[in-house]
Parts: sequence; C-alpha cells; structure tokens
Amino acid sequence: MAEPVEITANVGTPDLQAEPMLINIGPSHPATHATLRFRATLDGETILDLVPEFGYLHRGFEKESEAATWTQVVPYTDRLNYVSPLMNNVGYAMAVEKLCGIEITERCKYVRVIISELSRIIDHMVCVGTNMVDLGALTNFWYFWKPRKEVYYLIEELCGQRLTTSYTRIGGAMADLPEGWTDRVLAVCRGVIPECIADVNALLTKNRIFIERTMGVGPISAKDAVSLGFTGPCLRAAGVPLDLRKDEPYLVYDRFDFDVCIGEAGDTCDRYLVRMEEMRQSLRIIEQAVAQLPGGPINIDDPRFILPGKPQVYENIEALMNHFKFIMEGVKVPAGEVYSATEAANGELGFYIVSRGGGGPYKIKVRPPCFPLFQGIPHLVKGQMIADLIATLGSVNIIAGELDR
Amino acid sequence: MSIVLERLRERFPAEVVSTHSDFGDDTALVRRERIVEILAFLRDDPELRFDFAMDLTGVDYLGEEPRFEVVYHLYSLEKKRRVRIKARLPEDDPAIDTAVPVWPGIDWYEREAWDMYGIVFRGHPNLKRILMYEAFEGHPLRKDYPKAKRQPTIGPEE
Repeated sequence: MAEPVEITANVGTPDLQAEPMLINIGPSHPATHATLRFRATLDGETILDLVPEFGYLHRGFEKESEAATWTQVVPYTDRLNYVSPLMNNVGYAMAVEKLCGIEITERCKYVRVIISELSRIIDHMVCVGTNMVDLGALTNFWYFWKPRKEVYYLIEELCGQRLTTSYTRIGGAMADLPEGWTDRVLAVCRGVIPECIADVNALLTKNRIFIERTMGVGPISAKDAVSLGFTGPCLRAAGVPLDLRKDEPYLVYDRFDFDVCIGEAGDTCDRYLVRMEEMRQSLRIIEQAVAQLPGGPINIDDPRFILPGKPQVYENIEALMNHFKFIMEGVKVPAGEVYSATEAANGELGFYIVSRGGGGPYKIKVRPPCFPLFQGIPHLVKGQMIADLIATLGSVNIIAGELDR
Repeated sequence: MSIVLERLRERFPAEVVSTHSDFGDDTALVRRERIVEILAFLRDDPELRFDFAMDLTGVDYLGEEPRFEVVYHLYSLEKKRRVRIKARLPEDDPAIDTAVPVWPGIDWYEREAWDMYGIVFRGHPNLKRILMYEAFEGHPLRKDYPKAKRQPTIGPEE
C-alpha cells in the first residue's frame, strides 16, 4: 500500500455524437441531504467528470472557538455532526483532557461509551434510512425513525436536549445519569432496536431489487481508500479492518467483546451491510457497558476543572469566586499541542488543539471524517450513471455540518 | 525517543530541527525545503509505513518568526502509530511543496490551509479556495483577521 497511487478515472469514450453536458446538482437539492453541490459532466447519463463543492454551511467553528473558553466550545461541537452530536462532545472533551492530563472517573468512561454507541446506532439509522429513501424504499426510513425517536427520548432525558446536547465537560459530564436511565436504555436496546433492524434487514438484505441496485455501485479498492484517507464504515466496506475502538482502544473499549465488520468490494451494498452489522455490535457493547457500569462520581474530584456545586456557591465566598472565574475566564489548560482521535460514526474524528495556557484554545482543528470521504466521491462514481451518484452519496453519509464547520 | 523520531533523525539529520513526544504525541519540527522527501520516506520506510495522511492544517503564530506552521498528522495502518510533522514558514513567503503526489487524499486539506491561512502549496494541481468563495478577500483564520469582520456573500465565480 505504499507506492505512489495514481487515481485513474474509469471514463468511457463518449458514444454520442454530441458534446458532454454540464449539469449542476445542488446545493439545495433533496437528494444531497444538505448543502452539497456537484458539477457533473455527463455523456448521456454516464458521469465523465464530477466536481464536488461545499462550504455553504461554513460558520467559522475554528475562528469562533479561538475566541471562546474551553467549556464554551462544547456547544459548538454539537453542530459538527448533528446526527450524532454526543460523539463530538466526547471527542472534544477527550482531546482537552489529554492536554490537561486528566484521568476521568471509571463511571464517566462507561457513560461516554454508552452515549457514543447510542449515537452510532442512530447515525447509521439516518444514513441507511435516507439512502433508501433516495432509492425509492421509503418504508425502511419509517422503520428506522421509530427506534431513533426512542433514542432521542433517552438523550433528551439525559441532557435536556435532543439535538444540541452539550453533555460532556472537561473532566466529566454536565450531570450524572437520571434515575433508572440505564434500565430504559436496555429496554430500548432489547425491545425496540433489534426488531427494527430485523425488519429492515428482512426488507433489504435479500431483496433482489435492492441488491441489483446497490451491488457494484460506487466501489473503491482498499488501496485507493487508504490513499484517499477514507476511515470508518466506508473504509471497512473496502476490506480494511481499521477501527480505533480496537486499534487504539480509548475509554474502556478494550473491556468489551465486539467484532469489527468489513466488506469486500467497497460498494454501496457493502457499506449498507457494514453499517447494519455495526448497529448490532453497538448493541452488544451497550449491553456489556450497562452490565459493568460502576457507581461513584461522574466528575473528577478536582476544583481546577469542575465547577463548584450551587449550594457551595451560595454559601461560601471561595466557591463563589471560583465559579465566577470559571465562567468568565475558563478552565486553565496547560500550554502544548495534542491530537486526539475517536472512532465516530463516519470514521476518525480528530481534534488538533494548540493551547498557549489561557482559558481558551489558541487553535482548534477538527478532522471531520466526511472531509476525505466527500473528496473521494468523484473517484467512486466516475464512469457510472448519474442515478448512481445519488445512491453512492447517500451510502457514504456526508454530513455538511462537520464537512463545512 | 520513539522509533519513528529516531529513524527520521537518522535519515534526515540536517532537516529535523527538533523533536518532542509531549502528551504521548511524537512530533518532529522539520525544515520545509525537503518536506516531500521526508513525507515520502515516512510513507515508504518498511519500519514506519505511514500510509494515512489523516490531517493537515496551518497554525498562525502571529508575532513569532517564522510566523506560519504547517502541521501534518500521519497514521500507520500496519504499525498502528501516529506522528506529527511540522514545518515553519516565514510570513513573506508562506510556501511549501505539495504532498499530493505522496497522498492524493491530502489535496483538499492543502486547499483548506490555503483558503484559511494563505499558505501556498507549490505544485498543487488545483489550489483554489474551498470553504470560502472565490471573491472572498483575505484568509479568515489568520490571527490578524478580525472575527467580527463582514464581507458581502456572493456566489463562486464560474
């Protein structure tokens, strides 16, 4: 996998006695899901060339972060991948904690695993569901929306919001789990999600129409996927078993028994199969994590990073001053630079943070998993039909929020 | 010192300015002149095999000289290792050779660094703005670009 890789386009010779047609798709088009845009050069219905463009949802996450305190950045991270915001919260908190040298509590590690895996499940459900809508199979979308709604009830109960979660804090979380929350998680994971996965599985996996529509559509070889920087389900569908939960176990992922699933052809069908299996594996992880969930505090016991409780703030002057300095100046983080990566639903979510020792970051760079995936779209679809672009785009799961930042 | 940094120092003694492994991240600051050779070595050396270019970004250290820094984050699938390579660029000539021949996937990262910091990647096949539109003036992530500055939003030029 090391020699220079030439990405050669599989472009046929124009068979019509006509000039290639330039067609614009997006940025506001139902099949692009978000604000993505393509300029496609077509010969008949065959894609000769494709230029992806984005940036329509750029809102200056990195610039805004440089003017915020460490804790104020957490809400901005919700808006990166808005389909699984809890995972972004976890990824960011882990990066800052690495810089501070904080070892979070055991309970917090398990909680972060549970919320990450719940997010992974709903993220894959959105991806598979909307991909199928684009291909004309609306039923699956509704079958997946029901368990997703149930998970959103759980998330709402956990942090008061369904989408803008902002759950993690430097050194812990906003609050401990609500009473009986894990029982309700198990009830959803046992009673609702497997049934819906089975329904969709029964509708699609052996469905001849689905197989013929997706097999061989938007394929990529393992070598090309690596050199283009693919990670996550799209890389695993191409046959490369890279999963940071196994390869660089963070939190407590090394304590769970789960499998990394891979595909062969890297096409739309394999990406679908990998996502379906990952949902089942996530359920296994949640089961084990809930069973092993220890008691104890969720936040570390360190007044340098954790806000004093409200009773203390009202009763003694030190806590009041501490609280004020926390909010106005931010947590003091030592100078230095770190890169911290987690396995998000779409691939490696990395945070590169430079601190100069103030209450806020000097620089934050997000490595969004979608970025190289979107870059690789032309490679996936050149030489194929224009309709296959829609099928491929849905299966790659581009989230404009994290792509544009 | 980690094996990665050792190999790098051994092979390019004159190019590596400094190394550190703070917070567990192996980091090497190198000179910019032979950056493509260095990156290709990291990718091809049988003991290193950094086949993933995970990330590339710029950093603006306004007030320091050289002012800009390009940061590469590499990952090795085989060895399961990471390394960070950095190179400093002066303000009057913020340019470095492109790494696209080494990893095709680094293309857009370089375009983003150009867009956000004005760092020029010599030999890049298509060094255009990527997040901002063509008519945008300045480079927004530079420290001397005011956060509150507004520019008219107009569409990309075709």
